[in-house]
Amino acid sequence: MPRSSPHNPQLNANGELQHLLSIEGLPREILVQILDTAEPFAGVTEREVKKVPLMRGKSVFNLFFEASTRTRTTFEIAAKRLSADVINLNVAVSSQTKGESLLDTVANLSAMQADVFVVRHGSSGAPYLIARHVKPHEHVINAGDGRHAHPTQGLLDLYTIRHYKKDFTRLTVAIVGDVLHSRVARSLIHGLTTLGVPEVRVIGPQTLLPAGVESLGVRVFHDMRSGLKDCDVVVMLRLQNERMNGALLPSAQEFFKHYGLTADKLALAKPDAIVMHPGPMNRGVEIDSSVADGPHSVILPQVTFGIAVRMAVMSIVASN
Amino acid sequence: MKLLIKGGRIVDPASGRDEVGDVFISDGKISGKKEKADQTIDAKGLVVAPGLIDLSARLREPGYEYKATLESEMDAAVAGGVTSLACPPDTDPPLDEPGLVDMLRRRAKVLARARVYPVGALTVKLAGERLTEMAELAEAGCVAFSQANAPLADTQVLWRAMQYAATFGFPVWLRTEDRSLAHGGVAHDGEVATRLGLPGIPAFAETIALGTLLQLVRATGTRVHVCRLSTAVAVEMIRAAKKEGLPVSCDVGIHHVHLSEMDLGYYDSHCRLEPPLRSQRDRDALAAGLADGTVDCAVSDHTPVDEDQKQMPFAEAEPGATGLELLLPLLLKWGAARKLPLAKTLARVTSDAARILGVQSGRIEAGLPADLVLFDPQQNWRVAPEMLRSQGKNTPFLGYELAGRVRKTIVAGNVVYDASGSA
Repeated sequence: MPRSSPHNPQLNANGELQHLLSIEGLPREILVQILDTAEPFAGVTEREVKKVPLMRGKSVFNLFFEASTRTRTTFEIAAKRLSADVINLNVAVSSQTKGESLLDTVANLSAMQADVFVVRHGSSGAPYLIARHVKPHEHVINAGDGRHAHPTQGLLDLYTIRHYKKDFTRLTVAIVGDVLHSRVARSLIHGLTTLGVPEVRVIGPQTLLPAGVESLGVRVFHDMRSGLKDCDVVVMLRLQNERMNGALLPSAQEFFKHYGLTADKLALAKPDAIVMHPGPMNRGVEIDSSVADGPHSVILPQVTFGIAVRMAVMSIVASN
Repeated sequence: MKLLIKGGRIVDPASGRDEVGDVFISDGKISGKKEKADQTIDAKGLVVAPGLIDLSARLREPGYEYKATLESEMDAAVAGGVTSLACPPDTDPPLDEPGLVDMLRRRAKVLARARVYPVGALTVKLAGERLTEMAELAEAGCVAFSQANAPLADTQVLWRAMQYAATFGFPVWLRTEDRSLAHGGVAHDGEVATRLGLPGIPAFAETIALGTLLQLVRATGTRVHVCRLSTAVAVEMIRAAKKEGLPVSCDVGIHHVHLSEMDLGYYDSHCRLEPPLRSQRDRDALAAGLADGTVDCAVSDHTPVDEDQKQMPFAEAEPGATGLELLLPLLLKWGAARKLPLAKTLARVTSDAARILGVQSGRIEAGLPADLVLFDPQQNWRVAPEMLRSQGKNTPFLGYELAGRVRKTIVAGNVVYDASGSA
C-alpha cells in the first residue's frame, strides 16, 4: 500500500538538525557542517583553558539505559567543555527496575528542564520514541540504540578519516568483524556512502553479517585477505565476549586466525592505510597488539576527536 | 418478528447473486417467500451481504480485561459487520478447560451480538507438552484446536496431537513458525530489519515449519487450517498441497495483504505484528493467493493492545493490531485493487470462512440464519481512535482514508448494530 514517507524526525521545519538519531537520512551538508564545526573544538581541547561558553546555562541529561562508562564520559566532557550543566542518570539501575515506563522517565526529566537528552538504550529505535515525545525546545542525541545506530561514533570515525585522508571520494574502506550486532558499523556505512566513498567493504563470516547487508551499499567479503587488498582505511569492530563461543562462532582463536588484524594481513592494504577501532579492544581476538599500537593505528586520536565531534553535535542541536 | 430489507443490492458470494431486490426475514431466518413485514428497512444504495465471518479475533477475555472486554469487542465486531467470529485460545488462562469455554460462550450469548466460536487450546496452557481434553472441549463448544501464537516446539507432540485430533475428526488450526529460528526476532529478516537494527525472523522460519506440518498431514490425514501465512513460498507450498489433495486450507491476516516491512518507517510499533510484515514480494503473493483461492480466507487477527504497550521501543512493544472494524474496508480495498467482482471479494470473509468454520451462515439462502450486513461501499471515512468501538485503537492504518462503512448488522434476524444509533 503506498504511504507518504514519514517526516524525517531528525530535522526541524527549516531542515536543520533538531535531534541526532541516526546518520541515515541526514543530508551531506549536515554531516559536513558537523565535521567542520568540530575542527576548532579539536583545538579547544588542546588549550590550557578547555572551555567555551556556547552552552552556558543549558542542561544536558545523560540518560543511559544501558551501562557504558566510556561513551558517557566523553559526552560529559564534551558538554562540560561547552560550559553546560551535566546530569548523569544511570537509568539501568534506577527507575526502570521499579517498572517505570521509558516515556514516564523522560517526562519526569523533562519537567526538570532539560535542553539536551543524550540517550543510550538497548532497544533499537528507543531514541526515536523519546524524540517523538519531548518538548519542541528539547533535543535528543542518540548515544547508541540496540544494533541500530551510534551516530556520534560514526561521525568521529568520519572526522578521523577526513583528518588523515582529506578526500572521501577516492577511498576504499573496509569494516571487519561482527557487523550483525554493530550499531557502529551501520552508522559508519551510512556516513561513508553519504559522503561519497566509492567503495565500502564489509568483511566477516556469514554468521556475523546481517541479511541483505549489500542493500546498505557495501561489498561483502568473507575472505579477509582479499577484502583488505588496497584499502585506505581498516575499521575493526569489537567482538562481544558472549558471541565468541556458540552458534555464531566456534572460538575466539579461530576468529582471530581468519578475521583478526595482524601486521601480515594489514600489509595487503595500502602502505599508508590507517587502522581504526571504536573500542574497547579485545587484543588477540579482533586485533593484534602490534597493529593496535603500531604506526598505522589512529585508535587513540579517535578518542580525542570524539570529544570535539560530540561538542559539535551538542552545540549545533542546542542552537537550532 | 418479520423483517423486510427493501431495495438493497443483494450480494451473495455463495451463489454469485448480485442484484437489487428485497430480503425477507422470518423467525431469525431468511425467508423464501414474500411476507407482510413488522418492520421494513430501506436499503436503497446499500449492499446487503452475508455477515462477515472472522476466523481470528481476540476478545481478551478471560484475563486481559484491561486491554479490552468482551462487551467492547463484541460491539466492535458488529460495528465492523462481523456476525460470527472464532476466537483463538490465547487468553489468560488459555482456553484449555471446558469450564472456561462454556463461560465464554454464555457471556457472549448474554451480550447477544456476534456469534462466538471458541477455538480450544491444542495443549494444556498452550505449553506444547500435554494434550488437552479435546473431546470435552468440543462438547463445550470448541470448533477447532490451535496453539495461537505459541507454535509447538516439539514435533513429537505435534504429531501426536494431530493423530489424536484426527481420531475424532477435529480440525487443527496452526500458525507455522519454527520457534528456534524465530527466537528473539521481531521483524522480517531482510533489508529493513538490517537497516533498523532489529533482530530478524527469516521467511524460512515459516516454511520449514509448514513443510513439517504438511508431512504430518500426509501421515495422519488430519484436517489442517494454516493460519496467517506471511510468505510467498508458503503460498506456493499450500498451492501444491491442495493440488496434491491434502485436506488443508489457510488464511491471511488482512494487514499482510496491504502492508510490508517498508511500512515500519521509523519504528512504527503499530506495525509490530505476528507474524512480521514481510517483503513487498511476499505481500503481493499473499494478495494474489487470496484472489486465486489458494488462500481461502482473510481474517482481522484482531488484537486490541493498550496504548502503553505500544508506546515502547519497537522490539519491546506488544505485537498485534485492532482489526474487527477494519476488516471489511480493507478487504474492499484489496478487491478494488485487483478489480474483483464484489461477490468474489466478499466470499473470502463469508462463504469461504463458513466452509472452514463448518457453519451454515455466510450465505443468503432461504431457511438459513439471517446474519446480514448492510454497508455503503462508497462511503469514505478516516481511521481515527474515536471512530473505533474496540478498546484497542492500535492500527497501522490510523489516519488512512478507507471506503466502506457498515450501516446495519443483523444477527439471527435482530438488528444488533445500527450506525444511526437506534440499535
